[in-house]
Amino acid sequence: MSVELDVFVGNTTIMDEEVYQLWLDGYTVIDAVKVRREGGVLDECEANADVVLSDTMDQYRTFQMCERLLHSPPKLANQLLFQITPHRQTILIERYYAFDDAFVREVLGKKLSKGTKKDLDDISAKTTVTLKSCRRQFDNFKRVFKVVEELKGPLVENIRHHFLLSDKLAKDYAAIVFFANNRFETGKRKLQYLTFQDFAICAGQLINNWTVGAVGPDSFVDNMVEDMDVDLDKEFLQELKELKILITDKDLLDQHKSLVCTALRGKTKAFNEMEANFKNLSRGLVNIAAKLTNTKDVRDFFIDLVEKFIEPCRSDRWTAADMKLYLTHYTNSVHILDTFKHQVVWDRYMGVIKSCIFKMYHD
Amino acid sequence: MPGKLKAKIVAGRHLPVMDRASDLTDAFVEVKFGNTTFKTDVYPKSLNPQWNSEWFKFEVDDEDLQDEPLQITVLDHDTYSANDAIGKVYIDIDPLLCTEAASIISGWFPIYDTIHGIRGEINVLVKVELFNDLNRFRQSSCGVKFFCTTSIPRGYRAATVHGFLEELVVNEDPEYQWIDRIRTPRASNEARQRLISLMSGELQRKIGLKVLEMGGNAVVGYLQCFDLEGESGLVVRAIGTACSLEKLSSGSILNTHTHPNTAPASNACNSPSKDGKEPVFGEDLPSSSGPPTPFRALPTSSSPPPPFSPSKPCSRQSSSSDTDLSLTPKTGMGSGGSAGKEAGPLKTLLRQQTQTALEQREFPFFTLTSFPPAFLLHVGGVVNARSVKLLDRIHNPALGNTRSYKLLDWNSVTADEPETRDAWWEEIRQEIKSHAKALGCHAVVGYSESTSICEEVCILSASGTAAILNPRYMREGCLDIGSTDHRFEEPSPPTCGFCHIPYDELNMPFPAQLTYCYHCRRQKVPDVLFTTIDLPAEAAVTGKGCLIQARLCRLKKKAQGEVNATAISNLLPFMEYELHTQLMNKLKLRSMNALFGLRIQISVGENMLLGLASATGVYLTALPAPGGIQIAGKTPGDPSNEQHLLTIQKRINEATAKNKELYQINPPKLFALDPEVFCGTNMELTEEGVGSPIPEPRQRSRLFRSHSESSDEISELDLSHGKKDAFVLEIDDTDAVEDIHSLLTDANPPRGFYSCNTETMPGIYNWTSGIQMFTSVRILRLNNTNLTNQGLNKIFTDLCENLLKSFYFKLRSMIPCCLCHLNFTVAVPEEELIQVAVTAVAMTFDKDQTQEKLAEKLIPKGGSDTDEQLQFPMELCADSSTINSQPSSKISGVPESTNISSRAASVDYGSFADRCSTWLELLRLKAHTIRRGSVKTSRRTQSLAHSVSSLEHSSPLPDGRSRSLRSSRSFGGSTVTVVKMTPLSFLPGTRIIKYLGIINMFFIRETTSLREEGGVSGFLHSFIAEVFAMVRAHVAALGGNAVVSYSMQDCVLMENPNKNQAQCLINVSGDAVICVRESDQDSLASTTTIGHSCSSTTDVTT
Repeated sequence: MSVELDVFVGNTTIMDEEVYQLWLDGYTVIDAVKVRREGGVLDECEANADVVLSDTMDQYRTFQMCERLLHSPPKLANQLLFQITPHRQTILIERYYAFDDAFVREVLGKKLSKGTKKDLDDISAKTTVTLKSCRRQFDNFKRVFKVVEELKGPLVENIRHHFLLSDKLAKDYAAIVFFANNRFETGKRKLQYLTFQDFAICAGQLINNWTVGAVGPDSFVDNMVEDMDVDLDKEFLQELKELKILITDKDLLDQHKSLVCTALRGKTKAFNEMEANFKNLSRGLVNIAAKLTNTKDVRDFFIDLVEKFIEPCRSDRWTAADMKLYLTHYTNSVHILDTFKHQVVWDRYMGVIKSCIFKMYHD
Repeated sequence: MPGKLKAKIVAGRHLPVMDRASDLTDAFVEVKFGNTTFKTDVYPKSLNPQWNSEWFKFEVDDEDLQDEPLQITVLDHDTYSANDAIGKVYIDIDPLLCTEAASIISGWFPIYDTIHGIRGEINVLVKVELFNDLNRFRQSSCGVKFFCTTSIPRGYRAATVHGFLEELVVNEDPEYQWIDRIRTPRASNEARQRLISLMSGELQRKIGLKVLEMGGNAVVGYLQCFDLEGESGLVVRAIGTACSLEKLSSGSILNTHTHPNTAPASNACNSPSKDGKEPVFGEDLPSSSGPPTPFRALPTSSSPPPPFSPSKPCSRQSSSSDTDLSLTPKTGMGSGGSAGKEAGPLKTLLRQQTQTALEQREFPFFTLTSFPPAFLLHVGGVVNARSVKLLDRIHNPALGNTRSYKLLDWNSVTADEPETRDAWWEEIRQEIKSHAKALGCHAVVGYSESTSICEEVCILSASGTAAILNPRYMREGCLDIGSTDHRFEEPSPPTCGFCHIPYDELNMPFPAQLTYCYHCRRQKVPDVLFTTIDLPAEAAVTGKGCLIQARLCRLKKKAQGEVNATAISNLLPFMEYELHTQLMNKLKLRSMNALFGLRIQISVGENMLLGLASATGVYLTALPAPGGIQIAGKTPGDPSNEQHLLTIQKRINEATAKNKELYQINPPKLFALDPEVFCGTNMELTEEGVGSPIPEPRQRSRLFRSHSESSDEISELDLSHGKKDAFVLEIDDTDAVEDIHSLLTDANPPRGFYSCNTETMPGIYNWTSGIQMFTSVRILRLNNTNLTNQGLNKIFTDLCENLLKSFYFKLRSMIPCCLCHLNFTVAVPEEELIQVAVTAVAMTFDKDQTQEKLAEKLIPKGGSDTDEQLQFPMELCADSSTINSQPSSKISGVPESTNISSRAASVDYGSFADRCSTWLELLRLKAHTIRRGSVKTSRRTQSLAHSVSSLEHSSPLPDGRSRSLRSSRSFGGSTVTVVKMTPLSFLPGTRIIKYLGIINMFFIRETTSLREEGGVSGFLHSFIAEVFAMVRAHVAALGGNAVVSYSMQDCVLMENPNKNQAQCLINVSGDAVICVRESDQDSLASTTTIGHSCSSTTDVTT
């Protein structure tokens, strides 16, 4: 005796959020049933194992049927096949596009290509995220990337509009797209301590300040420029070369140092190290700026930040507060330098650098 | 005379990619009606084409308008090869033909392909201009309204109920035509869909003509079925009840929704009805020998021997305890005799009157299951007939030669051909009619017909409830001249009147135990009542009800032709008997005494028969308390056996006690005790208390006597048990042990759940607006070749029980909730397969309110939507409660007022004065209003907490139109109207403001890639979802937001996993409606005065 067929269809589609999560996490039906039973679901409504199995299979089928729609979320609201309340639709979409931080760290900045997809089993083994779930997440990244690639207008807005995601999730996807597009290196051992959220915030800064779209709608007659939020502002990158004067002009460098040191004196225990390292650190930051015209150096942006600035400071045991203090004065003192003409570029550059370093300066 | 049909194709969306190279589609549309076809332009390279076509106009006969669907085909243009079909939409334009229904069809329809399922959507506008046709001999019946609902639709009043309608249409099944061998599966499926669409259109038109002939304007309780008879053809048949409906003015329908829940008149029932089932064959019972067979295998082949006569067991539900107790019929007769006389003359008169009205009709049958107050006078019990036929015996020469699509009307073609399906049904109906007569009833209500077909064998079944109806409704225009009738009406209060026996006690059709009604004490009632109808709204019920099912499997040898049919017909009576016994045992185990909504289904397979009886058990206050179940052994004296018996007895007693508690069955103490002791005083108390005429001493003494008589006699028979009518189960073999075990294995629903198969649950009155309709199908494969009957029974029982458990589990988030209208359908699609399909609705209710007193019981009903009312300003709330409470107070007033006035004044529901009867009642109304207002205010705060969750039950907005619904959605772009579906005739918390027409759809789905679609489960799951989607889309296009009385008549699945193929046919129907939230209506109506609403209440009661 065996169950040949077993279906349950509600006029309003019934979805159990717990089962949905298990499905998203790539559990097989059998494993999902096990998890549910361990979770005590049998105590509800005098259920037995068969009931839970049948329910789980039903739900899995429903999710599989919905998956096609979830690939373009606006369809979910207009399709007729499933009657799902708007509230539920939001949950379905949000959860479907949610990702594991562990997984995203592995693919962040990588090309979202078939090659990467082939490595998913390794990533799955490394992160203990199931392969099925890895595939879904990877495909989500790729899908979002492909859709926004060809769109004009602000990146986050586009993602939110085309995938109906929450603000937070849309920003995360913007970061992923941004990283994938610029191929930032994030996988090096030295960068391992950084979480996805660290990178996402940095990406947000870069998108908001360094891209074509960042200059603001005023400067464009029509702000619908392709990739305006994805590509860095080439003009700006050129201008960054001008900052080199801060380290190549000896007077300027000394003047800058004395201004910063005066301001810092007595305010921090790490003053001596700051004073001693000033020229090194300043050279590091300005060099990063000057090199950003090379795509290769753009990719190494984060590793450079860590090597040239964060690591030296860390070895000198600066606290986060020290870091803040130092960077604030380091940035502001430049305004007092009369001979330095590139204040605007400097602020645009340092604003991002400051935020990134603040975010990245932790263990 | 013609009408003009106009259609416009607006746009498409989500089309499938038809051109792999470009990943796009060049779509165009063909619009076809009858033989005329129009095409739109090709909209190149788009998955979301905007055709925005002109209006395509079809000038056609209204006859065609009724028969034909509008057929819309979406195609992909291909320059070099044939155009590929993307899919089709069939639009039934019938709703547009009725002025009161929809005026335009406009909306997105899923584009359906029988192989690929739904492939995108298309936006269509359809209108009809109809010219008046006064031709008397017309063939069309435009304007007749159809309702699937088996009660008088909300917002209407039945001026006259004309009676039974039946019609059938036969044709060859395209699937079995020679051409099917060379055409594609798609073409064949489409031919079938189109044909069935045509046939049901024609059927509906013909039924409509019959209605017009009878002088009616509507069909209520319309039920259409398909018989797929394979080689021998395709039958589409329908039954219904012709009525003349009058629309109530909008204000007057205020309280119609309260319908099923009327306040339970706690101790209010007054007369005894009789046990519902009557073994008609009782007289023949050999009372001496063992458990008598209640069925006489009547070879009903009486007159013209049917094609296969030996097979016609006409079995009727037998009653019961009496039979099983081996009581002689005399017991019942003896006790009943005395009382019979006084009621006699009245009854006879009444009967004569009604009979004249009814006898003009061939079949006094009614497909309705619930009735306007005072319509149903008495209920006799379930009548039931089955007949086994051989399909290959029918051969219609006309069919044999015709290979065309022309529809053949069997009736006309076969005028000289005796062997028609019409004749078969005629036979069965005659039988039902005679059964009803034997019960002293002139009518059959809750009537339905069904078939089960396996290869060439077909079981035809019909069942209903024998009843006596109020003659006032039978005659035209009689509602107003009713006064003469009233003299003859028995003054039975509605709370118990229907339970009173319709037959003469002196001449009982079967042995039954009669007692005086526990409510009115004036007339006799049976000890058990079985019916196929819904619980009358005004009936007095103690506690809550529950779903009771009897399940049975019987193996049968594989055979062919007549041998097979004989074998089946020999098995049938035994199955019915066992099902009945099971029902009775389970009823007793739950301490209940009546079954409503009884539906017995017997399905035939190659090597087995399946029987499933479902009903809702209740404790009718008017009927005596059921005795316990007593276990007795065949061989007393064997100590180990005794011990065993004791254990079982103990378990049974425990189960009974538990059930009593669970279903809150605490009959009023006075009545629950032995009537012998308390009867006298008790009667005086009640009767004096209500100020009704005190029975003459003579009568009272008789009362005493009869009671003592009957109990004496029983105690003689029932030595082992002190209780009056204990039910003895003899354990004499293993079968009996099994039976008892199965009796005890039925699990009760988990906490927070109730279940029933009727419209609503007796004892629950405060529905909130959360509903979830669902369909579930399960198929079991029996791999075990040598199964016994017992083994099969167990498997089948487990299958049903597990299904129920699954529902409870899946719907646990809705607790507290009740599964209503649980409709199980069993089938044996293939050897070794058992299929069970269930459609039901889960409805939430407000638990806190259940403890409230009677008078306030209905408050939550109005208040059920408090959370939604939050959007209205406070003042409105206050106002609305005034209006809202009208219905509740009115209804709760019924039992009381009946006690006071109805007996003396006789129940004159026809006249205004009596109904709104006294100032007293008006005052009471006001009192309720005030109380209610305050209750509501307090609830408002508490409901704030729920408001978030209530967002999910997006309920219809004021005008119920999709436009307004759209604006309420949180996703800006969505154009999808929320459409609620329910198998019930109402939606809790809402009021139906318009019926838009009947939805009757037939779909075929086929796949040749079963594995890829997720196996049979995946295949059927998506198909059912697609069917729901198409129903919703059609309703939304008509401007509706809900489907009521939804049902899935057929779900036929054929699979061939080896070939990776499957095919499924589904037929669904229902009524498309617009409904609004009660709260909205309240705010609209808040300006009306008390006086106005009072008079409107009156109208409703009629």
